[in-house]
Amino acid sequence: MSADVLIIGGGLHGLSAALQAARRGAAVQLVERHFLGRHASGATAAGVRTLGRDGAELPLSLEAARDWHDMEGLVGDDCGFVACGQLQVAEDELSLTKIEMRIKRLQAMGHFHEQMVGPDEIRSLLPGISAHCLGGAWVSSDGSADPHRTIRAFRDAAIRAGVDIIEECLVTALTRSATGWRAETSRGVFEAEIVVNAAGAWADHVSHLAGDPLQHEIRTSMMVVTERSASRIKPVVGSFGKKLSLKQTSQGTFLIGGGSQGKLAADRQSATVDVVALAASMQAAVRVFPELEGVRIVRTWVGMEAMTSDHRPVIGFSQQVEGLIHVFGFSGHGFQLVPSVGRVVADLICQGHTNHDLDAFCVSRVSIERVAA
Amino acid sequence: MSYDVAIVGAGPAGMSAAIRLREFGASVVVIDEQPSPGGQIFRGIERNASSPVFPALGKDYQKGQALAAAFRVSGAEYLPSTQVWQIEDGWNLYLTAEGKAQRIAARAVLLANGAQERPVPFAGWTLPGVMTVGAAQILLKSGGMLPEGKVWIAGAGPLPLLYATQLLNLGGRIAGFLDTSTPPRLSALRRLPGAWRDFGGLLKGLRWLRGIKRSGIIVRGFSDLRAEGNEHLEHLTWEMEGKRHRVEADVLLVHEGVVPRIHETLALGCAHHWNDEQGYLAAKVDRWGESSRKSLFVAGDASGIGGWLAATISGEIAALGIAGRLGISSETDRLRKRAHLDRRRKRALALRPFLDAMYPPPRNRLPDDVIACRCEEVTAGAIRAAARNSPADPSAVKAATRCGMGPCQGRQCGYTVQALLAEVHGLPVSEVRFFHIRPPLKPVTLGEIASLEKADRAT
Repeated sequence: MSADVLIIGGGLHGLSAALQAARRGAAVQLVERHFLGRHASGATAAGVRTLGRDGAELPLSLEAARDWHDMEGLVGDDCGFVACGQLQVAEDELSLTKIEMRIKRLQAMGHFHEQMVGPDEIRSLLPGISAHCLGGAWVSSDGSADPHRTIRAFRDAAIRAGVDIIEECLVTALTRSATGWRAETSRGVFEAEIVVNAAGAWADHVSHLAGDPLQHEIRTSMMVVTERSASRIKPVVGSFGKKLSLKQTSQGTFLIGGGSQGKLAADRQSATVDVVALAASMQAAVRVFPELEGVRIVRTWVGMEAMTSDHRPVIGFSQQVEGLIHVFGFSGHGFQLVPSVGRVVADLICQGHTNHDLDAFCVSRVSIERVAA
Repeated sequence: MSYDVAIVGAGPAGMSAAIRLREFGASVVVIDEQPSPGGQIFRGIERNASSPVFPALGKDYQKGQALAAAFRVSGAEYLPSTQVWQIEDGWNLYLTAEGKAQRIAARAVLLANGAQERPVPFAGWTLPGVMTVGAAQILLKSGGMLPEGKVWIAGAGPLPLLYATQLLNLGGRIAGFLDTSTPPRLSALRRLPGAWRDFGGLLKGLRWLRGIKRSGIIVRGFSDLRAEGNEHLEHLTWEMEGKRHRVEADVLLVHEGVVPRIHETLALGCAHHWNDEQGYLAAKVDRWGESSRKSLFVAGDASGIGGWLAATISGEIAALGIAGRLGISSETDRLRKRAHLDRRRKRALALRPFLDAMYPPPRNRLPDDVIACRCEEVTAGAIRAAARNSPADPSAVKAATRCGMGPCQGRQCGYTVQALLAEVHGLPVSEVRFFHIRPPLKPVTLGEIASLEKADRAT
């Protein structure tokens, strides 16, 4: 089986790159060792957030924000996206000051998507919010989506664009010759000119197979979902400096995350819930929304994803090996970036370069030699 | 708090294990969801002893009285009305009672949490007025409540017969019994000689049937049972001899056997085996009841359906196994022989192979329009459609349909999803995984988790 490009990893970033590259005429194969969206993409709270973005990510994030408002046009389905707004509350004076400083900095750079809101406004946005919350930052055009619907939409669009998706297909060896790549997998041999490493929490493993050893941590963010409850919270809510992110889904369940970490197994293949850390998250949730105290938690899980030391993703060509593109390390905030990063990776695949500035995401940051030096 | 042994479940297996372990001097805590000891089989045994319901519940039930009394004086710490919602390696158990969470530690854990009724979806099974025989029996044992109006029972196995008999003893009435069991197959008859070892048990079954015949009609050899009505059950219909039959009904009680509770052992990554005849998973245990995880034991129906008497004996065996594992006793083999535990267990299980062959789980094709996941209202058709688009992995179907995401945590739809995936992918059911079981093991409120003491200091 031969293609122009072989994408390793059936998460949303792999699917998005596959879709965009195929639309530009590339012959694309995508292999996934479990099933599509098995890890971070399926475990995410699916927040669509420009609020509080790292400055380096902001251009990609703002571009993606426009895509999210027309997902129908991009993938033929709205992906369950609702522009319900995202609110970051300040629970104390210091947090409020820091939020104000950030918004001023953004405005100085010409970005006006974040707005300061006062105590009355947050109470009208969130009637049940605790009285101690002082105000915060608000982005009305942010929101959230349905992760599984998003995975299905990207899968279906990719298949329509001609992408060949092979699930339950584990890559066991990658070799590079003058003509291109040869990938040995649990489902036979694949050949391609370009390999894209979109393997998420296992991107380091794929980078080793490809002869460009990289290293990263694994983020094990815990998520909690509750039983259904009457609709009372519209926006996605976070708390400045606290590990809290909370939303109510269209089904009425509450989805609570915010980055509390589970326990990573020694073999780095799985992770389990850390009850004590989870309890701290629940305290944060109940502190901001006291009325959630009696709502029952139905399920918790841990999403696994590659994390870099500066929490910025790795996007770009390998410095060591020809024809190898890395796209991973979104460190827990990659969901919103899916549409724009897919285009960037397709630029690299099809043109060999992109107009986006990828300096902040360069591969050398995570190369083992660099880290050792 | 820290103990030698934490026992989950105060039914026959949990109580007898606790009693035995206390004789060794081990510190024991028994955690149970019910307000008083007894488990499902002896539910309400202490309170009912002085109630008019007691004689009607039968001789087997009455035997629970002595066991519960011995448990009460055993010196085991007993935590009633308490849920275990997470078990961690090591072992830490997270509990909630009266809205507060706490953590306890134990050197060994015994899961004696019993069985649940096998969920069997059919057209109309989610209609109010349709409930399980087990749920009806809980109402009977907890408050002497009897179903009213035209009561139908549909199902197979010993429990519907036993419940019907208890109901009739208390002056209740049954309009009819829809016997879903197929005529005895050769495999069942072949096991009859072994079953004679429990002659009393066989006789009991026949006596129960006679009683039901006197009260109402018994229907056999029908198919496509449907419960129908607006808002509430109004009538039942079924297909028989090429004709659609229809009767009025106010209550339909269904039952198709019981299956072990496996969420705890699945969550802890224990090895399981697939019982093909009865269509269930159970944790693999060694001759002492120890699972594939060291110091984690399973006894009673939780390790395979055997009934209450076998459960008391397997509880004792597990107690010896734990005593050996923890170095509390070095004489466990001798004690096992002296108490004739193996012989007694063999006798208690004598009828089981016959019952298992006699009452296989229903295996008819589920129509597309029937709801499989009642929490999220996902139909069999929707699950089939998702299964066609994904590998044979229940997690993929769950993600695509929300099936199994509700408050029952997949307890109602797990086996159905497994069977549908097997059907779509042409695999034996045993080759399809069960859902991944994520914490909490039982729904627990935000406030309860937030009340964990240790976490207060962590923030």
